[in-house]
Amino acid sequence: MNDNSQIIIIGAGQAATSAANSLRQNGFTGGIKIFGNENLAPYQRPPLSKAYMLGDTNVERLQFRSLEQWQGDDIEILPDTEIVKINAKEKFISDIDGNFHNYDKLIIATGSRVRKLNIAGSNLENIFYLKTLKDSDAIKGHMVAGKRIAIIGAGYIGLEAAAIARKFGLEVHVLELAPRVLARVASPELSGFFERLHTERGVHIHTNVQVAGFEGDDKLNAVLLGDGTKIECDVALVGIGILPNDELAKDAGLVCENGINTNSFAQTSDPDIYACGDCANREMGDKRMRIESVHNAIEQGKIAAAHIMGAPMPKLESPWFWSDQYEIKLQIVGLWNDATQSIVRGDMTQNKFAIYHLDSENHVLAVDAINSPPDFLVGKQLVFNKTALAPEIISDIAIPAKEFLKNIV
Amino acid sequence: MTEITFIEHNGKEHKVDAAGGGSVMEAAVKNNIPGIDADCGGACACATCHVYVDEKWLDKINPMGSMEESMLDFAENVQPNSRLSCQIVVNEDLEGLVVTIPESQG
Repeated sequence: MNDNSQIIIIGAGQAATSAANSLRQNGFTGGIKIFGNENLAPYQRPPLSKAYMLGDTNVERLQFRSLEQWQGDDIEILPDTEIVKINAKEKFISDIDGNFHNYDKLIIATGSRVRKLNIAGSNLENIFYLKTLKDSDAIKGHMVAGKRIAIIGAGYIGLEAAAIARKFGLEVHVLELAPRVLARVASPELSGFFERLHTERGVHIHTNVQVAGFEGDDKLNAVLLGDGTKIECDVALVGIGILPNDELAKDAGLVCENGINTNSFAQTSDPDIYACGDCANREMGDKRMRIESVHNAIEQGKIAAAHIMGAPMPKLESPWFWSDQYEIKLQIVGLWNDATQSIVRGDMTQNKFAIYHLDSENHVLAVDAINSPPDFLVGKQLVFNKTALAPEIISDIAIPAKEFLKNIV
Repeated sequence: MTEITFIEHNGKEHKVDAAGGGSVMEAAVKNNIPGIDADCGGACACATCHVYVDEKWLDKINPMGSMEESMLDFAENVQPNSRLSCQIVVNEDLEGLVVTIPESQG
């Protein structure tokens, strides 16, 4: 890599920002172009369903850097520019206006798009999805006391929006196909806690329900369930997951399976093309995983930049996630899916506790910390080191979490 | 605008202009200061924006909240002048503020 080298990043989210910043921090002096398909500088998405929707922050603060600040680092941001093709053989990309852009290294950070509901009435007014700043603004416009909102999907987006809607005084119905909330991402114990929390705050949680259609003349006035029940509402928010934006990569002949396959250096099947963030199906030990999180986007951006520059690899961390709902801060580290035991530490009724997920040999695989940063930060180290910890030690709150670190071998 | 100096663990200095009302972390991110990752974007959820505040400013910055205190209890390389930079609000009183980035974030 030298002054004349060109690095192109497709996508302008968290992974793109991380990659561009890390390239400069690693001493890359060539050109960097970031192509985005929205009309503003790269910004953070997590607050769209949290502080931003609540009105606690603004667009300027959501944007990582202003366009001038990007320019100051000689990073060219090209907003509102859709890329339509990657020519991997000749090493250029084409934008929608027919311009070609050559690259030496290409980073695909195209992220994901929302999964849509295609059922009767899907085209009615006042049915929303949440992915962009525009989406968040549109939904926020309906956050008015007395209105009724139906939230379809009880994932993080749905529950965070439910908490905000209650704060603004709306009547809230959450409709979930699975038997419990957060079914795809959280343990049953954690689901139980959030279901109780939202119910206490006046949210109507409906699990095991299928949404069959939307009803209304022009505007939505009800959601129709599979059993014929009608949930009357003025507005609906659908949050039923995302799909990786891997079409450009597929068309270019890159290997894709549920996202763009990458190795441990964030490289795709073409060594000059990297993929980072939601769109990448990364190699993790002996498996592949597509992880939808900020931490994953940042980490992969750093890995790609370091590999391009031949710099030392960044220190890896276990996957982690967070969510803000009412006054609850949830922090999760690790992946609980392979756990065989879940140990509660603290009092769940006090809204301050943690759940440690262990395998059959007591290795800590994941920790859910609810208003309990010590458990999260200690958990980060325990999970990373796959430390073994006896259940009776975990549940003994007389032992400070810090003591657990002594078990790391 | 308020001038803030960030000192990397290796001694490299970066002087930046920070917007009032924003956080010290935001000023770092907007100027691509190495070592301030701010993974959570200021939600006080990650402790990746930890800094040491030069003692001259310690009594001028806003006090620590319980969440920050709790996060710092368990962060790496904590000192008595440790703060999470996402929780320090920039104002005119902080003109000339100097913060150093810990080795663990180097």
